[in-house]
Amino acid sequence: MKLSDLTSQAGEWLRGSGPMSEIVISSRIRLARNVSGYPFLMRCSRSKRQELEEKIRETILGSQLSPKTLYVDLESAPEIDRLLLVERHLISRPHKDAQGARGVAVGENETLAIMVNEEDHLRIQVLRSGLQLEEAWEQINAVDDQLEASLDFAFNARFGYLTACPTNVGTGLRVSVMLHLPALRLTSEIEKVFRAAKEMRLAVRGLYGEGTEATGDFYQISNQTTLGKSEEEIIGDFKHVVIPKIIDYEHNARKALLSERPVALDDKVFRALGLLRSARLMETEETLTALSHVRLGVNLKRVKDLDINKVNELFLLTQEAHLQKILGKKLEGDARRAARAEFIRQRLCVE
Amino acid sequence: MKCEKCNRLATVHLTEIRGGKKIEKHLCEECAAQLEGFAPKSHTPINELLTNFVLAHSGMAKEQTGSCPQCQMSWSDFRQTGLLGCEHDYEFFDKDLSPLLHRAHEGGTHHVGKVPTRRGGTSVPVKRLVDVNRLRKELNRAVEAEDYEKAAKLRDQIRNAETQV
Repeated sequence: MKLSDLTSQAGEWLRGSGPMSEIVISSRIRLARNVSGYPFLMRCSRSKRQELEEKIRETILGSQLSPKTLYVDLESAPEIDRLLLVERHLISRPHKDAQGARGVAVGENETLAIMVNEEDHLRIQVLRSGLQLEEAWEQINAVDDQLEASLDFAFNARFGYLTACPTNVGTGLRVSVMLHLPALRLTSEIEKVFRAAKEMRLAVRGLYGEGTEATGDFYQISNQTTLGKSEEEIIGDFKHVVIPKIIDYEHNARKALLSERPVALDDKVFRALGLLRSARLMETEETLTALSHVRLGVNLKRVKDLDINKVNELFLLTQEAHLQKILGKKLEGDARRAARAEFIRQRLCVE
Repeated sequence: MKCEKCNRLATVHLTEIRGGKKIEKHLCEECAAQLEGFAPKSHTPINELLTNFVLAHSGMAKEQTGSCPQCQMSWSDFRQTGLLGCEHDYEFFDKDLSPLLHRAHEGGTHHVGKVPTRRGGTSVPVKRLVDVNRLRKELNRAVEAEDYEKAAKLRDQIRNAETQV
């Protein structure tokens, strides 16, 4: 598999399939692991870092985690490829911008990504469409077992898996569920989500994780506690407590919009669709906001002539690295905005 | 709350199970020592608490603990980046890290999750570890359900298991 094979379609997680996919975009679980006997990356010399990267890469490629594993050496990969991986949620922004020997292994239709030498030696991630936390846990647990067969992970009886940042110690587990909550945003009730999250000691972030805005009405909810709770407990809290509650809020907000303000709702949806189908220069953020309203319109059956997958794909394909990769040229400023607008018009044209 | 025997402030709260009945007692320290032969054990003497507090707020903690012999990381290095230097730092900075972990993990102090089947570096048998984790979870549940009889039993089992390790 080559990196360019990824470009033309949405990753598994944006496929818009899977349980509750009208509201739950994706379920992500990651495990932080470090190799015993090596310092954490803060204190790793260049050569140690290199040695680690080789050791982990060989382990991953040798353990047949998935039939077609793609390994990208991020130290030598061009900027645009690294950005493409960020847009697909396969690597983090800090991992893209870091220095030194590091990489990412991608497998199983992009449901699996293992970042090598990020903040920890290994950041194993499983990303699935819709609400599939238990499936994601099963998959990642098996991958972790396989890697552990050849790597000694830093672990101690009291603190569990030892991580560079003490906020990850214990299970090293971070669960993030990405939700699309346009109705709560439109009815100005999004505060409810923040309150519910705060009560459960969960963090709420935007589309691209830490420090990003909630563009396109996407919200990522993730756990902060990793010590003193088992993996099953952490996942159970999401599955049985937090997520059903938020889904309920969004459902109610959608119902309220439909019954009390159907014209205002349609106005938002069709204005957005009109913009996407007519504009000649489009910014990323404006695109995401308009797509969000259209997605709501399709899910509520206000828009009937559009396939939801087309809309889902556009969230990803209109981002800068994807757009430039698909069109096969470097584009800046107005040229990029024009290309984006044209790309959207073609994809959403009325036949 | 006042002591049941005298009028001082009750600082010792005892819950006993006798013949299946729950008896609660609220006593001051002196009465508790007299009546129950209960010598309260303060985990941290007050002056140590104060010293720690002062150090933590004056950035002097570094002189206390020094640097990790494995990775040369000092506590003030850690405070600048929020990242530790190596796996041994968890033991080395144990005292300084504890309150931080307590805050970051809703009071969680011990790992209760997955345990690798093959572990390098430490000699604790994995099976034993799993048992202790399981017992600890059961203990939490027993306390929540106010089943103190069971809780006491579990506490003893955990103690036994830990001393065997």
